[in-house]
Amino acid sequence: MNVPIKDGNSFRLGEQDAARFAAILARYPTRRSALMPTLWLIQDRDGHISDAAVSWTAAQLELSEAKVREVVSFYVMYRDRPQARHVLQVCHNISCHIMGAQPLLSHLEGKLGIRRGELTPDGEFALEGVECLGACGMGPCLQLGRHLYENLTPEKADALVDGLRRGDPPRPDTDRDLED
Amino acid sequence: MNQDQYRILSKRFGRRDGHRLAAYEADGGYRALKRAVGQLGAAAVREEVKASGLRGRGGAGFPAGVKWGFVPQGAETVYFMVNADESEPGTFKDRYLLDYDPHAVIEGSAISSFAVGAKLCVIYIRGEFGWLVDRVQKAVDEAYAAGYLGPGALGGAYELEMIVHKGAGAYICGEETGLINSVTGLKGQPSIKPPFPAVSGFLGQPTIVNNVETVAAVPWILENGAAAYRAFGTEKSPGTKLFSVSGPVRRPGVHEIPLGLPFREFFTDWLGGMADGEELKAVIMGGSSVPVLTAAEAMETALDYESLAAAGTMLGSGGMIIIPQRCDMVELIQVLMHFYWDESCGQCTPCREGTGWLHRIVKRLRGGEGAPEDLALLEKVCDGMAGLTICPLADAAVMPMRSFLERFRPEFEALAAGRRETEPDSRWAREIRS
Repeated sequence: MNVPIKDGNSFRLGEQDAARFAAILARYPTRRSALMPTLWLIQDRDGHISDAAVSWTAAQLELSEAKVREVVSFYVMYRDRPQARHVLQVCHNISCHIMGAQPLLSHLEGKLGIRRGELTPDGEFALEGVECLGACGMGPCLQLGRHLYENLTPEKADALVDGLRRGDPPRPDTDRDLED
Repeated sequence: MNQDQYRILSKRFGRRDGHRLAAYEADGGYRALKRAVGQLGAAAVREEVKASGLRGRGGAGFPAGVKWGFVPQGAETVYFMVNADESEPGTFKDRYLLDYDPHAVIEGSAISSFAVGAKLCVIYIRGEFGWLVDRVQKAVDEAYAAGYLGPGALGGAYELEMIVHKGAGAYICGEETGLINSVTGLKGQPSIKPPFPAVSGFLGQPTIVNNVETVAAVPWILENGAAAYRAFGTEKSPGTKLFSVSGPVRRPGVHEIPLGLPFREFFTDWLGGMADGEELKAVIMGGSSVPVLTAAEAMETALDYESLAAAGTMLGSGGMIIIPQRCDMVELIQVLMHFYWDESCGQCTPCREGTGWLHRIVKRLRGGEGAPEDLALLEKVCDGMAGLTICPLADAAVMPMRSFLERFRPEFEALAAGRRETEPDSRWAREIRS
């Protein structure tokens, strides 16, 4: 199947990412099975997966755009539009709920001046309630990028938001003191 | 009792260098792989694991060696996948293995792949464990460089490619056919069984999917023998098990215990009992999908597959959720029903619609707009879901729903009759979508 890239699509990978993409294609047994890592590669660079990226991916992996788009929309971590600079995702599932996820969310709403599901006017912060993050014994917790902040208190949440505003966030709890 | 004597899987937890190849090799790491490939051969490895009675630690508890035996004899292309999509609420044990002991997972995966004749192994890690994807990929790179993986591994004695695959946020991918479809590049919707993946899985080829904790036990079993493994646990539940414990106890976290340990002893000695000011109300023993037990029921049971089945629940993933007296059970089931509704993949009508109905009915009850007939309606919706779908997600919602209703019925009845025993948390009520 030959899927043409739409005219005027300016999506390109840089040299390093192109090499990474080639490595993904070499590692996965079919082009289609390379879809999820390819989408991650794009999102890690751009912060979201644009229409142009969908079109490019479909052409590269010889899939229809619909087949790419349905995967982007099925998985909650793939984002199809630009995000806030810092997306704070607070777990609201059972263990964190027992340990105070709702008061934490309310506290963060007050601190950021937005409600859950909203974005600060400056586009810096978004606040979301999400399902289990796998930190049940360390709840309440929140996800920020590739890491988790755990055993959160209002003070610890404030320190995180203030640190992010200053460009000097505290070290995530999952960024453990391990040897490299 | 010295709790450290049961640390088969958790012995490197908390060690600063436990994730490094050098530390793992210094502990005897990769010796089992060399022996498996160099001396035992695949059939003997399968026999040893079968003899150990090791049961799948993801939740279903199916014997791993028996599952491996379902791969058709003489199959040319076989795939092995490690389920590290740990997403069952209350469960965070695999995360510790991936974090502190990735080489045990890699060695166990390599031995298991060798045992079933797979030349490609995929470790599927949930997307929310971003830092662990990096950690495990680094360890895999180390294993390649040391000649444990790759085309000419162990001096050409066997070959195995290993891919670390990052999920993207979908509970359903923890179901093995959903996981396989996800790796294929599809939505993570499960496929109907049969055919079972061991016969026709990834790309239509025989595929074995095992949980992280299951494969991590394999090197120890080969090093020490099936009999040594069976020295722990009970006859039907051999070995040790990681329990991840959440809720207000003194020592939450991941604890490794010999199966068969009385809950009372675990609760008192391992967990240190409830935190100050808290009182035990109920326990979810094995992840949010298993039936809840009252505190009294929990105190009379033991932590193994057969005792928990006799108590009317399941060992599941070992994700133990301790519920304190201050919690409103209807509020907690609302949290859970929201979760299953959110995570239903949508392909089977009973699950897609049923989880939504359960959630809305519970929400209505908590909002003070319930009616006495709502309790029977909840039961009727459960009857229309259980066992009627492609995968067990519908059952996973029904089991907590039914058991909460059965064991904590007065709390539901009070709401249905318009009596409110606790004030609803308006914040929570507002947050719920739809």
